[in-house]
Amino acid sequence: MAITDLTAPAGRFPPGRLAFPHRDLTGIGKLARHEILYLLDQAHQWVALNRQSAKHTDLLGGLTIINAFFENSTRTLLSFEIAGKRLGADVVNMHAATSSVKKGETLIDTAITLNAMRADAIVIRHGSSGATGLIADKVDCPVLNAGDGSHEHPTQALLDALTLRHALAERGEGAEDFTGLNVVICGDILHSRVARSNILCLTALGARVRVCAPPALMPSGIEAMGVEVFHRFDDALEGADVVMMLRLQSERMSGQFIPSPREYRHLYGLTTKRLALARPDALVMHPGPMNRGVEIDSEVADLGGRSLITRQVEMGVAIRMACLDVLTRKARGQEGWA
Amino acid sequence: MKQMQPLTITNAKVVTPAGVTHGALRCAQGVILAAGPDVGPAEGDAIHDAQGRLLAPGLVDLGVFAIDKPAFHFGGITRAGLMPDQSPPLDLPSRVGFIAKSGKPDLWVHPLAAATRGLEGRELAELALMQDAGAKAVATGRRWIGDSGVMLRLLQYAAMLGLVVVTHAEDAGLASEAAATAGEIATRLGLPAAPAEAEALAIARDIALAELAGARLHIRQVTTARGFDLVRAAKARGLAVTCGITPAHFLLSDLATADFRTFMRLSPPLRCEADRQAALAAIADGTVDVIASGHDPRGPEDKRLPFADALPGMAGAETLLAMTLGLVRDDVIDLPRAFALLAANPARLLGVPAGALEAGLEADLALIDPHAPWIIDRRKMEATADNTPFDRQGTQGRVLGLWKGGVRIAL
Repeated sequence: MAITDLTAPAGRFPPGRLAFPHRDLTGIGKLARHEILYLLDQAHQWVALNRQSAKHTDLLGGLTIINAFFENSTRTLLSFEIAGKRLGADVVNMHAATSSVKKGETLIDTAITLNAMRADAIVIRHGSSGATGLIADKVDCPVLNAGDGSHEHPTQALLDALTLRHALAERGEGAEDFTGLNVVICGDILHSRVARSNILCLTALGARVRVCAPPALMPSGIEAMGVEVFHRFDDALEGADVVMMLRLQSERMSGQFIPSPREYRHLYGLTTKRLALARPDALVMHPGPMNRGVEIDSEVADLGGRSLITRQVEMGVAIRMACLDVLTRKARGQEGWA
Repeated sequence: MKQMQPLTITNAKVVTPAGVTHGALRCAQGVILAAGPDVGPAEGDAIHDAQGRLLAPGLVDLGVFAIDKPAFHFGGITRAGLMPDQSPPLDLPSRVGFIAKSGKPDLWVHPLAAATRGLEGRELAELALMQDAGAKAVATGRRWIGDSGVMLRLLQYAAMLGLVVVTHAEDAGLASEAAATAGEIATRLGLPAAPAEAEALAIARDIALAELAGARLHIRQVTTARGFDLVRAAKARGLAVTCGITPAHFLLSDLATADFRTFMRLSPPLRCEADRQAALAAIADGTVDVIASGHDPRGPEDKRLPFADALPGMAGAETLLAMTLGLVRDDVIDLPRAFALLAANPARLLGVPAGALEAGLEADLALIDPHAPWIIDRRKMEATADNTPFDRQGTQGRVLGLWKGGVRIAL
């Protein structure tokens, strides 16, 4: 597959560290539009590398990256681990169950411990909103948020943007940003950090975002984030260019928020029939893991040319390589960044 | 410690319920004898020249969670109504009796009896025995009593005993997991949130039950426009309903939580700006009866956590007076009203002979420089913990001298 050349002309970004003057990546909400674009641009080289048979550089040779996951994860952890290893860093994974009784003190103590081990970057996932920022305050190295409660999951939003950028470029619709693009995000918006980061990222890049959920799973005041609110999926899909489905936790669809999985599918499941309500060539995305047959039908999830779900996984590694590269430049003494 | 010698404080701006007059206050044997422009010392009196400063009643802080004497004295507080949420809870006469004596002589602690055993909201605690042991009111604690049957029986029983019932107004079904008020800020932060209406729901039910029971109801904190409307309407109908607030809810809105700062994690949570404005209006128009500190010192093990995991509460005793004097400077209320909110009204609710500079009441006195500027600094606090939501904020108003029962307290 040929990669459309999206490399920016020189001078599009401020020089050196000014292009991305943040030590940490705690949320999209902290980034300006050009900083998001910078990370996306930086990821293109890693997309190319990852498609070669020898997928390795020694850019981060000698650095130690710790993936501290206080919440279960398979794909995000794996994606960060692969990203770090392909860049030549020593990657260590730490699983800490959230169920430990004094999780709070453990959290701060863990941060201090990891810091004392002289990590060069710490990737954190935690079940509580704001936990990453709390840790970032206590350590001396860059902290990357791999999901904190219902707050943010910035690398997911960046990988979704990178995926869309590639898919649109292949269609010849590529532009620097997503101005005019209609994106529908459907599912458990209330509890979703993916939704929040994507809303921030997509609106910053000019997309028109519609969010769709049953009232009990729609957070109050979300219109203030610049989105249009829908409760009927069929209405939200009209004229949509992109449909992003969210995973619904099984415990939330057994009576607490939703009467049953089949009732959820009835109203919010992305079926072939329902997808036809969107633009004829509308793209389909899902952050995974999917509940096939509930929020998305297999026929849609596997729809060639329109489902971007496996591409999202691919782009996830590239964007995380870009984030690790950019955030460790200061420590590596790169010219203009140190 | 008894007052051995009569004391006259001269050359003071004396805050009486009728107004502020330049004059003096004379007290003996722990009781105020006279206060006003025509008062002067008798022979043999100890004399304290107030140098034109404000002489006000010592503050009566209704609904604190910890006894923190240095912080209370710094803040001009001479009496504190202690919430039953102690470890173990104040649900037995022996515990109440112990607590009632614990602060004497220089701080009087008035325990609020736990309404239900273990504060679990199910079985009534021994209210009459606790009243005899020194309980001055009954409180539901940090939580609302969800079972309306229990609440009605509680109100009826307390009415028989003549005790006011102090409630926490958040509907349990809506607010159980919530750490924030539903709205833009909570949504952006991804915090578990409850709609502000959780408060109005709880207040509406409790007012209805209190009316049915003929009971006195004090809602410890009202923080929303709809909540104030309900209290205002109940008062207009002549019901014995009163309410309070802490400075956090009339000075801060949920915007202050935007960086996940856990010192802003309060119960009830901070509200939207419109509710804050409604709180100021309710203080101005007389709907609010009590301004309290809600003093709840929390150390780092409770606060140095992700926002929703942190425990709610603020250390408020030291800032209560200065923040309330801010309302006077901003022309929301006048000085007599400020001390009605800080002292007279809470004393009346507790049924203690204090809270005003009137002959016959306890000589609990605070000499105040209402203009003295200072910066609230959590590193320099008297409280047992530093969790003030007003850290690094400039303010005005300091206590220069404090007397409990006519005896000067060393500050």
